[in-house]
Amino acid sequence: MVEEVVKLSDVWVQYDGTPVLEDINLSIRRDDFLGLIGPNGGGKTTLLKLMLGLVAPSRGEVSIMGMSPEKGRKHIGYVPQHSLFDRDFPINVIEVVLTGRLSHTKPFHWYSKADREAAVEALRAVEMLDFKKRQIGMLSGGQQQRVFVARALVSEPRLLLLDEPMSSVDTPMQAEFYELLERLKQRMPIVLVSHDISAVSVYVDKIACLNRKLYYHESKELTPEDLEAAYHCPIQMIAHGVPHRVLKEHTHE
Amino acid sequence: MIDALLHYPFMQRALVAGILAAVACGIIGTYVVVKRMVFISGGISHASFGGIGLGYYLTQYISWMTPVYGALIFTLFSALGMGTFIRKTRLSEDTTIGIMWAVGMALGIIFIGLTPGYTPDLFSYLFGSILTVTTSDLIMMAILDVIIIAIVLSLYKELLAISFDQEFGTSLGLPTQRLYLILLCLIALTVVLLIRVVGIILIIALLTIPAATARQHTHNLTKMMLLSIVFGIVAVLGGLWISYELDLASGATIILLSAAVFAASTVFTSLRHRNRKQSEKTPAD
Repeated sequence: MVEEVVKLSDVWVQYDGTPVLEDINLSIRRDDFLGLIGPNGGGKTTLLKLMLGLVAPSRGEVSIMGMSPEKGRKHIGYVPQHSLFDRDFPINVIEVVLTGRLSHTKPFHWYSKADREAAVEALRAVEMLDFKKRQIGMLSGGQQQRVFVARALVSEPRLLLLDEPMSSVDTPMQAEFYELLERLKQRMPIVLVSHDISAVSVYVDKIACLNRKLYYHESKELTPEDLEAAYHCPIQMIAHGVPHRVLKEHTHE
Repeated sequence: MIDALLHYPFMQRALVAGILAAVACGIIGTYVVVKRMVFISGGISHASFGGIGLGYYLTQYISWMTPVYGALIFTLFSALGMGTFIRKTRLSEDTTIGIMWAVGMALGIIFIGLTPGYTPDLFSYLFGSILTVTTSDLIMMAILDVIIIAIVLSLYKELLAISFDQEFGTSLGLPTQRLYLILLCLIALTVVLLIRVVGIILIIALLTIPAATARQHTHNLTKMMLLSIVFGIVAVLGGLWISYELDLASGATIILLSAAVFAASTVFTSLRHRNRKQSEKTPAD
């Protein structure tokens, strides 16, 4: 039996009466590496926030390892989209990673030895241990993104969510970053949000497409109809950039 | 000034007040600068004028009431109000702050108008008057300092986390809104502590300039707090000395000196950067 880490059943989300997500059904299993694609404003980040309990569904149910998202989220490592962070902020790499332990620590206490060891371990996992004393803004975009992955890993999560992690990573460094995710996928299921279909499709095991509705066949295949429905434009326009296996002919079984 | 310090108790009190004020504005000013809360801090400090007015008005009815106690209560509530309204209303943050800033000051004017008689030391609250600080003012400032330090020590890692990345803090289940309100209350306490030293109108300068100067010299939040306390002490005591020698307004002199220190530090920092770049270009071999 394969354990379901995340289960969304008939989930709807509305912002001020406007539906953002409609009738979402999604199961994420223990060994999944899921790429979540879709146009901007299609609800990708909202779907992640739903799993983290930061957005409440107006209908339906979200379950994280059999728990409510509020309880389950301490088992989730989250790498948020990072366009707005202040590069000058007086904080170094290890301090950033330690903030990921705050779901395990108590207020009025300093970080424990176990917290510090976990932070060192997480930095080693992303190969950034040599930079632990460096101010965060002095790193390249790719290095910063690795630090934010370490911050997500430091709480020893059982699910990793990444929101557009490649947007701040230079193209030459992206392959290396995907290799890091390949290694991490041995340890936990991963959901990778991206708007770059072609890059994602090479590395992930399964692909879902989201634009208010979710198009997902528990596989790496999406039909041209799925993509057309999701992106609201003729399929030929986007077919160039899409590797063939994403667009392989879909037969209803 | 050393002479005056030895002979006049009011100079000794001014010195202690300056140090107590520099401690609070060094610690809290650091958060104001790194979390970019300068505008809301301006709002909280100006709205505190409503509390000064309320304090004047209530002295007729409540024997222990003073303008500063009025400011303490009023400023805490207005900080909580601003923090809550920003989150709850659909107005943009700066609009909300602008409205509450003006409402606070207007209430102050109305309360003072309703208070019978003459309010002789009104100007000292607006522009500061460090030379008239009393021993009971000093005791209150020391208590506020202790409260501020205790809260910052207890919540240091949480406050650092929400200052750096509030959204990530929320995803961890941290009570980020409550922590933000605590931070606003700390700003409110600092404002009250600074009223007698530089006055309501100039508080925002002491909350930002020493911390902005310190930021040019460190990448560590704790060191930044300690350094900005040092810059704050230099500004307050140096400004006090200059104002005494040249017979100038003390609050304004303190602010101008701290701005001069900031300017010097900026020049020094950019020269150091240029030297570093040049030495990288011509490696010594």
